[in-house]
Amino acid sequence: MTKQHANWSPYDNNGGTCVAIAGSDYCVIAADTRMSTGYSILSRDYSKIHNCKADKAVLSSSGFQADVKALQKVLKSRHLVYQHQHNKQMSCPAMAQLLSNTLYFKRFFPYYAFNVLGGLDEEGKGCVFTYDAVGSYEKVGYSAQGSGSTLIMPFLDNQLKSPSPLLLPAQDAITPLSEPEAVDLVKTVFASATERDIYTGDKLEIMILKADGIRTEVMELRKTLSECWQHTLSIVLIRISTLGSLCYLELCLKFSCVVNRFSFSYL
Amino acid sequence: MTFTIPIDNGDALKNAEADSQRTLYPYVTGTSIVAIKYKDGVLMASDMGGSYGSTLRYKNIERVKAIGKHSLLGASGEISDFQEILRYLDELVLNDNMWDDGNSLGPKEVHNYLTRVMYNRRNKFNPLWNTLVLGGVKNGEIYLGMVSMIGVSFEDNHVATGFGNHLARPILRDEWRADLSFEDGVKLLEKCMRVLLYRDRSAINKLQIAKITEEGVTVSQPYSLKTFWEFQAFHNPTAGAQGSW
Repeated sequence: MTKQHANWSPYDNNGGTCVAIAGSDYCVIAADTRMSTGYSILSRDYSKIHNCKADKAVLSSSGFQADVKALQKVLKSRHLVYQHQHNKQMSCPAMAQLLSNTLYFKRFFPYYAFNVLGGLDEEGKGCVFTYDAVGSYEKVGYSAQGSGSTLIMPFLDNQLKSPSPLLLPAQDAITPLSEPEAVDLVKTVFASATERDIYTGDKLEIMILKADGIRTEVMELRKTLSECWQHTLSIVLIRISTLGSLCYLELCLKFSCVVNRFSFSYL
Repeated sequence: MTFTIPIDNGDALKNAEADSQRTLYPYVTGTSIVAIKYKDGVLMASDMGGSYGSTLRYKNIERVKAIGKHSLLGASGEISDFQEILRYLDELVLNDNMWDDGNSLGPKEVHNYLTRVMYNRRNKFNPLWNTLVLGGVKNGEIYLGMVSMIGVSFEDNHVATGFGNHLARPILRDEWRADLSFEDGVKLLEKCMRVLLYRDRSAINKLQIAKITEEGVTVSQPYSLKTFWEFQAFHNPTAGAQGSW
């Protein structure tokens, strides 16, 4: 009897992108809120960020959301046990190791989750850990995972190029950017990724971790293709009134479109 | 994407029957469920058909059931798996009642339980072949969520399974408002069900709309929608396609 092939897959990719950037005394973790399956959108308001009930570590995961939820629950419960046993919260590097071990534990039926863990290390400096689906991880200064990662990572490399982990003596991977600059960079990067990745969009959820607590910001992202022209037209109308000349109209349309692609915040 | 099921039940070499216990494909299936939150609670609509492949075998299946005091469960997909889920939930509600502590399971709890059940069955490569919709009201908080057969779950203001996700969700995204009255909510659901009736081949014109509010659950009597077939395009459907194939 030949082996039956399943007509269902235990995995699905629900899309989405996660990004994190480490700063000198802060860490920014961001993810979009779109959940898709195939070419359909299931939800425009689904959070991929989980705080593990820890104030120094925040996990953001894209991929198969059922596995992501299960992974979040496992980490949350292990963190609770740790707190009971050690009478303190887990540090970010400790959570990083735990996540790696949890992922490798299911090496032969993996959690289809692409994780970015962000937080503050023992010295209060930002740290970002990036993972693959089976637990191999690395401490980095910034990372992007998920469907838009291939669009975002090269741009972050350009803006934030961090020293190679192979350098001796070891150099810090932390960005010299200030917190508002890093948040602005994240917004810019997601606005661009939304343009070209169909699985990224709707809303952007940003969590900023600092020593005194966690702050959350939400920003609207493009939901459809038709929005681009509505936005551009509204900019054009303002420009016409200030420049007062029709020949500038075409130039403005093109300029607005180009500017729209590279930086959301400058408009 | 084909995915080979790794056989792992201990005595795999001796136990050929263990394989045949696993769900391979669904047999008797229900089509879409469409549900929305409205001013006072949740409205859920489903038709009463059970298809056996392409045959419309059963025309009196209730695919929306009340769970405990605070929730409504609607299911599309394999009907026998839905009945098994109802048995699991019976046990859950019974145990909850036995505590006799004045608290009762709310929709969030039931949704979480169902998500765990579906996910665990998927882990054992023996899924319950359903997409479930869970809606309810508890202590004034209105809740509506969905779980798929592999355990993907989320909550939203409006959900739809199967074809409903493609045909009804866009209508709901356009026309849903938080302060819908009961009449407006029913009209909106009927609009969605009518589209599904026209375009989903496994839909039948016999539907039930269930309502859940803080006061309780009401499941309507089955009724049918008025349809209009006098559109010009339906009169002579091949008019624009003479000579093409």
